[in-house]
Amino acid sequence: MTLVLAAPLAAGRLGRFNPAAKLAAAAIVMVGLLVTADLVTAGIVLGAELAALPLARVRPGELARRAWPLPVAAAGVALANLVASSAPGTTTAAISIRLIAIALPGVLVFASTDAVDLADALVQQVRVPPRFAYGALAAFRLLPMLAAEWETIGRARRARGIDAGRSPLRAAALFGSRVYALLVAAIRTGTRLAAAMDARGFDSRSPRSCARRQVVRAHDWLLVAATAAVVAGANLTAVAVGAWHPLLL
Amino acid sequence: MARAIEAAGWGWRHSDRRRFALRHLDLTVEEGERVLLLGASGAGKSTLLKALAGVLRAPEAGDEEGDLLVGGHPAGDLPGYAGLVFQDPSSAIVMGRLGDDVAFGMENRAVPLERIWPRVLEVLELVGLRYPLDHRTDRLSGGEQQRLAIAGLLALSPRLWLLDEPTANLDPEGAAMVRETIAEVVGRSNAAMLLVEHRVTGLAELVDRVVVLEPAGGVLADGPPEEIFGRLGPRLRAEGVWVPGPRPARLAPPRAPGRAVVAAERLSVVDGVDLAAHEGQVLAVTGSNGSGKTTLALALASLLAPTSGEVRFLGGAGQPASGPAAPRSAATLRPGARPPCPAAPYPTWPARELVRHVGTVFQQPEQQFVTSSVAAELAVGPRRCGMPEPEVARRTAELLERLALTHLADANPFTLSGGEQRRLSVATALATDPELLVLDEPTFGQDARGWDELAALLAAQRDAGRAIVTVTHDGELVAALADREAKLEGGRIAAACAPGAPAEAAPVP
Repeated sequence: MTLVLAAPLAAGRLGRFNPAAKLAAAAIVMVGLLVTADLVTAGIVLGAELAALPLARVRPGELARRAWPLPVAAAGVALANLVASSAPGTTTAAISIRLIAIALPGVLVFASTDAVDLADALVQQVRVPPRFAYGALAAFRLLPMLAAEWETIGRARRARGIDAGRSPLRAAALFGSRVYALLVAAIRTGTRLAAAMDARGFDSRSPRSCARRQVVRAHDWLLVAATAAVVAGANLTAVAVGAWHPLLL
Repeated sequence: MARAIEAAGWGWRHSDRRRFALRHLDLTVEEGERVLLLGASGAGKSTLLKALAGVLRAPEAGDEEGDLLVGGHPAGDLPGYAGLVFQDPSSAIVMGRLGDDVAFGMENRAVPLERIWPRVLEVLELVGLRYPLDHRTDRLSGGEQQRLAIAGLLALSPRLWLLDEPTANLDPEGAAMVRETIAEVVGRSNAAMLLVEHRVTGLAELVDRVVVLEPAGGVLADGPPEEIFGRLGPRLRAEGVWVPGPRPARLAPPRAPGRAVVAAERLSVVDGVDLAAHEGQVLAVTGSNGSGKTTLALALASLLAPTSGEVRFLGGAGQPASGPAAPRSAATLRPGARPPCPAAPYPTWPARELVRHVGTVFQQPEQQFVTSSVAAELAVGPRRCGMPEPEVARRTAELLERLALTHLADANPFTLSGGEQRRLSVATALATDPELLVLDEPTFGQDARGWDELAALLAAQRDAGRAIVTVTHDGELVAALADREAKLEGGRIAAACAPGAPAEAAPVP
């Protein structure tokens, strides 16, 4: 796959790359494929991604578990195009393949990156404000708590004698009131978390150190460069064979 | 040496409130002093602790009057001087991995990388958390999470510990562990401490001074613990402060069980042991967090379908155990004339049928409020089970009167105090005159006055013939009220007995 096109480095697994480098590579793929909607560019990039998969030591089973919605969505898009538009079959195929080629690196980036490492890299390499990166990280940690809260809210309504019965209208109203109660709970929990973070000195006024150093090594640069080379090469090839087709023209 | 705390005419008003949370506070705490801060709920104790920790800052968060110095500087100006431990540890954890969470505070104080990890290991050892650094924080028990919070602060060697009910959310074992850790960590250092705790057992030896806040503002009493508790004990208790002393009296002798109202059979969470709640009895379900108490209570209340085993609702005296649903007329809801139970299996009863027979009180009252006024809240249940409006109005008025909520009839339930919210949540459960009352940690977060009111209310309901099941950590509630106790451990009933009695002496009937 694109992320490990730097073949000599493939002995390392995806997790060893700097998350910021992986994000950059995925972004390059996205930009490189968004400028054109032709089969040649998308095909070359997707082919390179698939060829690189074994090098990345991504187990096919694991990949299928994480990425199965991609071919499904691509097939859906293709079907919709075939039925509803007069576009030629090659354009339809290009759109579907492009979708997979863009989304696959994204899936692999997030599947191979610990959230804390990602926040660290965003702060240290991309210069994202720590208050934002670690704030978002802490907020994500609350999601399971909110899932539990959602269950409790539903039970509390049943205990009060409130259920939808068979009426879809009442089901919708009940759903709305549950969502509202969940929002209130989310704000309450979030406020408590924010106070706890503030109490531990988490503010934007003072300088901050980092306990986990994210470094950019040679293989990270190579990953980005190789990705750029493949994407550029694919675009140039498409131009050369006359297939290149910018979306806006 | 600068004083740890110096408050002079200090007051704080939250930006969304009209009244001051507290004001006219004059208080000096020297370095190394250990102070217990008392006051009825609403006296502004948490507000003071947050302000001292530098979390509340004027003018963004509210209005301030007077001066508040910490270590000789305006509160919040000395980074790392004060460390605040919150009541609920689960919403105070920031990172997913143990080591990262301890390091978080040090990162914020810009401690250099090479000094962070040795210190992380050192403080984790000091609080007794012997897990690998990448252990998931969400897999820690409540007591462990609270010790993790203490470790994160300890890493910065605070000169002033601020502890805001650090054990109130924990089960007895977790609370004991945390008290031990606090005694160890604070006791060994020469840091000052300001502790807010409703129940001081286990920490009293650590404290050398007690300060009582006046709800209206200012300090009511200040002195050594023996003097304050001796002189002001009864008054403090009347105002809702827990004071060391004799346990609350038993509210009634254990009684012979009436008819079983609800029965669990071969339920997975209670490991095949059958368990029933009887008319006119209080069954206390106890055990540590994660032992399956709440799951059992939810199953008994028909709010969770058991994955294995069965829960059956047998109904009260003078009522067919189950039968064809009778016409839903008001007459069937007269006291004494119980409505028949639906024929469907208990876990699938429609909610409006369920609410006639079972009242459930959740751990956090806010979770069960669905309207914007106290009176409307009480009318929800009766209306849902088809009571005519005049009857709804009569019951609402009667419950408001009986639970001393009449003056709050138009208030928004979410703005009530903790004690009032609890009374309202019990009142809503009673509004349909159910045979079974299921409560999850009803005394949670209650001050002493709220506790007394609740225990008396539950005793009255029991004496009126209702079956009561209460999940609780509260040993005093069990001692005062429970007729039988089921102790859960890892999803099994470890002991089922009369409270206090050895397990084999009195097996559950």
